[in-house]
Amino acid sequence: MKRMPWHIAVFLAPAVLIYSIFSALPLLDTLRLGFFTSNDAGHFSFVGLANYLTILTDPAWSESFWNAMWNNCKFFLIHLLIQNPIGLILATLLSLKGLKGARHYRTLIFLPTLLSVVIIGFIWQLILSPLWGVSEGLMGKVGLADYFAPWLGEEGSALITLALISVWQFVGIPMMLIYAALLAVPEDIIEAAHVEGASAWRIFWEIKLPLILPTLGLVTILTFVGNFNAFDLIYSVKGAIAGPNYSTDILGTLFYRTFFGYQSQVGSPTMGAAVATLMFLVILAGVGTYFYFVQRKLTRYEL
Amino acid sequence: MKKHKITQPLSSAGVHLMLGGYTLLALFPIALILINAFKSRAGIFDDPLALPNAETFFIGGFEKVLAKSNFMLYFGNSLTVTLISLALILLFGAMAAWALSEYKFRGNRLLALYMAIGIMVPIRLGTVSILELIVKLDLINTLTALVLVYTAQGLPLAIMILSEFMSQIPKELKEAARCDGVGEFKIFFQIILPLIRPAVATVAVFTMIPVWNDLWFPLILAPGEETQTVTLGVQQFIGQYVTDWNAVLASLSLAVIPVLIMYTIFSRQLIRGLTSGAVK
Repeated sequence: MKRMPWHIAVFLAPAVLIYSIFSALPLLDTLRLGFFTSNDAGHFSFVGLANYLTILTDPAWSESFWNAMWNNCKFFLIHLLIQNPIGLILATLLSLKGLKGARHYRTLIFLPTLLSVVIIGFIWQLILSPLWGVSEGLMGKVGLADYFAPWLGEEGSALITLALISVWQFVGIPMMLIYAALLAVPEDIIEAAHVEGASAWRIFWEIKLPLILPTLGLVTILTFVGNFNAFDLIYSVKGAIAGPNYSTDILGTLFYRTFFGYQSQVGSPTMGAAVATLMFLVILAGVGTYFYFVQRKLTRYEL
Repeated sequence: MKKHKITQPLSSAGVHLMLGGYTLLALFPIALILINAFKSRAGIFDDPLALPNAETFFIGGFEKVLAKSNFMLYFGNSLTVTLISLALILLFGAMAAWALSEYKFRGNRLLALYMAIGIMVPIRLGTVSILELIVKLDLINTLTALVLVYTAQGLPLAIMILSEFMSQIPKELKEAARCDGVGEFKIFFQIILPLIRPAVATVAVFTMIPVWNDLWFPLILAPGEETQTVTLGVQQFIGQYVTDWNAVLASLSLAVIPVLIMYTIFSRQLIRGLTSGAVK
């Protein structure tokens, strides 16, 4: 192979430079900063794993870290168990042959996905607010008024409510990806199974579902990365403190507080970098698992 | 086309009931906000589900928001940031995608992998260093800072999707041009770019949405009054006017309406992109 001719370099340079300077290098530098501490004068000194030890073992830190981690896991599980199955059901219905209006349904169901999480958060905050009474009124119409509670305000339900709001907003993404995968299932296989007398139900479970497994894997990992990187919704509804009493704190809000400080706690870039590194490791573990197990298994499956 | 009846476990009416029901669930909250934004305070509270009528119609909320906050400025900021980032992502992304998919050179695959990492690893995790860098470059509280970060964020996906399309362009086309002695830059700008226009449109829609909606980087890199984007502006405005329902509903509507308009224009492009497997 020859050395790179200059026109290739010209084609590549802008993208590689901007991506490196504003994405890749800052990411690496953040991982590096996690090993340092800074004093009031802004001097950095190397402290090895001390920041991580503090976060993971010092009671003042570890409690909030593990709380955020656990909340984040719950946040993800709710998406996994509710968002993706609903997405699958909707996609399956949409892909039914000869369904009238499928295009309108999918366009409309996808709509909330495009709005800012901040706006969605506020909209639901108003709807669920006991002040306005829309939810209470609607529930009253079906005789459930007694079950209404200020879900966003109570420690036990705030996180679940926020996760459900997020599910409501983003269900369009799994729906679309799965829908596309279902459309790609070869017609003749279905036809053949049909001729053999397989029921629609069986065709779904034994032919379509196995064939769209790669998409389900992709949807899962996209959800995972999105959830462990989430911030906007909690911040806009609950603020950086992620109340009530940190019950809605996830890694994103913890990172923000650690980095910028809040109330009496002073923000620290190096501790923030350490939290970001831990988030990076969680995401890396997820993505790694996906590529190692799912992708590899699936390539074999395709052959 | 062969027509045959598929015995479905659910009747067609059942299917429409489920899909229609879910569509209502998806639209109801947005419709509720839009309807009530045009009502008086009494109208909002007395019957939230009713459409505005002669008695309850009121646009004071909008007047207040537009007069008391810098909403139009925020719109301008969001628009500037989104359009410039988008232009840079598409141009630089297409150029890099072309280089990576067309030419064979040492490190080609490694470079492609390096650029692809950004698809899975959120740029947000590098915030500590990005902020430091932006401060050093003296770009804090500028729209330039946002444009640079969003461009870096959008490039990986753009490159991946565009490479996919470019590798499908027939070889003969490029070879013919080269035989005629057309330069590489001319080939790219005059032959390839026009050819991949549909793909570019799809990438544009995908790239635009997260940039327009982002809260994190405006909050951190450009929180100044002059540089706020719509998302950040709404976030702060609502925080201050929490009890003024007219103003809150109006500001939410003002933030929603442009996206609704954009979606009606681009929804076919977006959905075609999603369903043709552009995002794989």
